[in-house]
Amino acid sequence: MKRLSDSVVARLQADMQVPDLTGTRYAVVRYLARGGMGSVWLAEDTILKRRVALKVLDLVAPAADLPARLLQEARILASLEHPGIVPVHDAGTLADGRAFYCMKYVEGQTLAQYIAERNLTDRLRLLERIAEPLDFAHARGIIHRDLKPENIMIGAFGEVLVMDWGLAKAGAPGLRSGENGSARGSILGTAGYMSPEQARGDAEVDHRTDIFSLGAILWFLLKGAPPTDQPAVTATVPRPLAAVCRKAMAADPSMRYQSAGALAADVAHYLNGAPVRAYRESLLERAARIYARHRTAVVLVAVYLLMRLLFILFAHR
Amino acid sequence: MSLTPQGGNFPLTRHSVVLAAQSNDPAVRSRAIDAIAAAYWKPVYKYVRMKWNISTDDAADFTQEFFTRLLEKEFLDSYDSAKGRLRTFLRTCADHLFMKQMRDANRLKRGAGCAHLALDFEEAERELAAVTAAESPEDSFDKEWMRSLFALGLERLRAGCESEGKLIHFALFERYDLNDADPKPSYAQLASEFGLAATDVTNYLAFARREFRRCVLDQLRDMTATDEEFRREAQALLGVETR
Repeated sequence: MKRLSDSVVARLQADMQVPDLTGTRYAVVRYLARGGMGSVWLAEDTILKRRVALKVLDLVAPAADLPARLLQEARILASLEHPGIVPVHDAGTLADGRAFYCMKYVEGQTLAQYIAERNLTDRLRLLERIAEPLDFAHARGIIHRDLKPENIMIGAFGEVLVMDWGLAKAGAPGLRSGENGSARGSILGTAGYMSPEQARGDAEVDHRTDIFSLGAILWFLLKGAPPTDQPAVTATVPRPLAAVCRKAMAADPSMRYQSAGALAADVAHYLNGAPVRAYRESLLERAARIYARHRTAVVLVAVYLLMRLLFILFAHR
Repeated sequence: MSLTPQGGNFPLTRHSVVLAAQSNDPAVRSRAIDAIAAAYWKPVYKYVRMKWNISTDDAADFTQEFFTRLLEKEFLDSYDSAKGRLRTFLRTCADHLFMKQMRDANRLKRGAGCAHLALDFEEAERELAAVTAAESPEDSFDKEWMRSLFALGLERLRAGCESEGKLIHFALFERYDLNDADPKPSYAQLASEFGLAATDVTNYLAFARREFRRCVLDQLRDMTATDEEFRREAQALLGVETR
């Protein structure tokens, strides 16, 4: 047989990963991205004539339990009907034996791309929209466990979506804890955004591991980079917000905000000029904050007082 | 949607040649070494040519000697799949053998090995001429390993298509997927060329690609000793290796 050229070998290697969609309603359009468990492909739903995203396991999965984990991810997503969580349409096994699920194709930007051209206020307002689907999932006993900027997408119409629930842990009725296949004590997550208890491989992490990651994301929104250690006060990060990050990322989960909503509320307080729970401000800082929040009223009162003073002075001459 | 489990129409061979190469039965061992040599002789030949910069004749002798020693169980008895991949092990063995020969005789002895394999060294030499200077011997070894696996997978595909009376599927695959021409022929052109309907071209190619993937993975499975090694090597083959 004729020798295979380098270009043919490269093409054959690339083609090995293309999902075999024979017998399905989908047709591959192009490769989109790699995920933790496999790859994501843009496909055409040939019946509904719409574009969808297919998450497909590698042809040979690195671990035998991955098909079950992918299916569990699909089931978790299907159980979370929320505008901030990408909806799942279908799941199954392809002709080549690979497990897959089909979800809405989100056209948009990653968090890093989005914040590059946004001011601080716009960036901080995103946090509340990231916290909403998290609170929703936590209320249903589901923990994400891999929150990071790469897993936050901002859609074409500004919708914020929390993506990649591949490491999610379910504890709600109907979704038994540990069904996601993660072994007890195994370390899963992303350094920089992972809570200490998750990094230690503690088996019993709860929703507060996501609060830690959300605090790290807040730091990312402020600085454009993950915190390397405990968030410190810097010239570019206001003290109250650094304190919010520190509280969210406390080593002891009981010292953190106890819900994603509480963390988002403290950030909203900052945006509205109200005191944040995580920070005890000095008298001077309080005065400066009140001045900033009620600038017009303060100026009017000051002008009034000055006028009174001048009137009194002139009246006594 | 298809819920067909992984697997195709061709019979599966699930004997690991690595385990067979460690057998005490000389006939079993010989067949296994032939299979290993088919996948690894070019990687070994090109590797020693590039790494040690030895002559074509010395490299050819070395390659024959290397596989002769494999047959004599000199190397493979010490192979433990739990400690590493066969691919890395064989490359390390080639290094050790070369260093040993240099120590023993300060030079490679022409004809020292028992030349029992029919290997086309001239072809390998022509291929070496096309290797860029930037490519390391180790990268070349891995690249040749992948090329050999695909070539052996193709052989399996061709044999399977032949036995199932589906040579037209193979011919289409060869004409389209193994074709370096740019631009490639369209499906309509292929349909006209092979006297098929365009939908048949799509279906036949889909079949051939599916079977090719399976043949390559079967080949890889045969060349690995354990399921874990197979999974790791498959990740490397698919270009999705996590280092």
